Amino acid sequence: MLYPDTVEAEVLVHKPWFVATMFGVGLYGRFAIGFAIAVIFTLNVVLIGFAPLKLQIGIVWLELLLLFIAFFETFHLSLPFIREKLPFLISQGVVTTLYVSAISIVIASVIAVAGAVAKLSSNGFAYAIASFYTSFFRGLPLLMQVYLIYLGLPQLGFVINAVPAGILALSLCYGAYMTEIFRSGIQSIDRGQWEASRSMGFGFALTMRRIILPQALPVIIPPTGNQFISMLKDSSLVSVIGVWELMFLARTLGQKTFQHMEMLISAAMIYWVLSICLELIQSRIERHYARSKVR
Amino acid sequence: MSVQAIIEAKAVSKWYGQFHALKDINLTVHKGERIVICGPSGSGKSTLIRCFNRLEAHQEGDIVINGIALHGKMNNVAAVRSNVGMVFQHFNLFPHMTVLMNCMAGPMWVKGVSAAEARKTALQFLERVRIPEQANKFPVQLSGGQQQRVAIARSLCMKPDVMLFDEPTSALDPEMVSEVLETMTGLARDGMTMVCVTHEMGFARAVADRVIFMDAGQIVEEGTPDEFFARPRHARTKLFLSQILKH
Repeated sequence: MLYPDTVEAEVLVHKPWFVATMFGVGLYGRFAIGFAIAVIFTLNVVLIGFAPLKLQIGIVWLELLLLFIAFFETFHLSLPFIREKLPFLISQGVVTTLYVSAISIVIASVIAVAGAVAKLSSNGFAYAIASFYTSFFRGLPLLMQVYLIYLGLPQLGFVINAVPAGILALSLCYGAYMTEIFRSGIQSIDRGQWEASRSMGFGFALTMRRIILPQALPVIIPPTGNQFISMLKDSSLVSVIGVWELMFLARTLGQKTFQHMEMLISAAMIYWVLSICLELIQSRIERHYARSKVR
Repeated sequence: MSVQAIIEAKAVSKWYGQFHALKDINLTVHKGERIVICGPSGSGKSTLIRCFNRLEAHQEGDIVINGIALHGKMNNVAAVRSNVGMVFQHFNLFPHMTVLMNCMAGPMWVKGVSAAEARKTALQFLERVRIPEQANKFPVQLSGGQQQRVAIARSLCMKPDVMLFDEPTSALDPEMVSEVLETMTGLARDGMTMVCVTHEMGFARAVADRVIFMDAGQIVEEGTPDEFFARPRHARTKLFLSQILKH
């Protein structure tokens, strides 16, 4: 041990200059970190500002994605567990989700065209049925429709399996929303198009198929794309009647070992990827229909 | 007259709700005749020609097109319509199709003509309205005058017996009016039966066999252009002509 001085005033940590330096360095340290973060952040934004638009979008996407990954990192997810369960989650869950959604989308679109035509017709019965239908199925929570169809139809003697019940509920619900989208799209087409078609002797079906719908599609597609994405995710509601789709498996697979977050986050990512695919398809179709608008 | 009548309207009346839009209209259009209908706005002239292919329904009287009576329960309205060409004020081309396809659609889908045949006819009529080089463009890429000429070609492709023109130059910029009128004059020279609603009095003078003046849903006066412009009989006609020829 070194020789300790007996004079208290010599104790280093009590010397004003030492205390001041400590405080200063500490303050400077917080400041330096803050400064560094501020510089990095600002530089990041400024530099991205120089990049061409496409690159800008890409970089910002990537950075936000990294932030999200950092967020998920705080859950300390067990990757081996995810890796073990993922194949089943996809082969059973995703496949079921996809085919339930795909079939529902097709049926909903058919219902929507018929519903839109009925809502625009001057036939009282057709209008009444279509408006009652859209009002009813837009007015009830989808979850309730799923239950009503699965548990209610057997009352009428139709015992129906979970998957068809789910498809029926999704189709009817989204058919109702899309009826309104299609109706407004068809109505957005100028009367002159009908008159020109009629004046050349086109019948109703021909005019609709070749003249009106092709022009209404660019108007219809963006909101319909929304509906498709929304339906993909709402297909998770059919898990309540025991369909082994993505959401159902996400909830059940992690239960035994209390690894809920692993499966829920995996499922969330899968839903997201599927939605991105739909978004890409939508934007591609939109570009296709923008052709006749170029000058 | 022994010439075949293409349009026969007898005592035609039409109401929009309470509003009496056409009052006791009698008009016969013979084959090869060129008729110009003029009159103040709201006088029923567009309504009248839109009744000739039943874009509008009349409530009283008879309209007979090429021997076929138009009424609410007819099941051959497409046959009549494909025989009566119509050109609209706002062109009403199909914007999602090329110019060529606009012209091919009618013959192919209504008359069942083959694509090759329809294409040949379309190019021939586009040639005739002098825009064959625009065949593969979309309507929005064309000027107003060109669009209206395409609309005329589109109607001609159906090989109609009569052409109806509903203010074909009213939506055009002034410098494009003449190219459309020239096309119409050319048609008239080739003997097409035409009924034109128009305010182009120069065209009426040069082309029309008969000028019809309508006001408040009635035919007020009709006559040859010479009579009509030089010696109008009715006060309403005189007033209209003085208004329209003042400039």
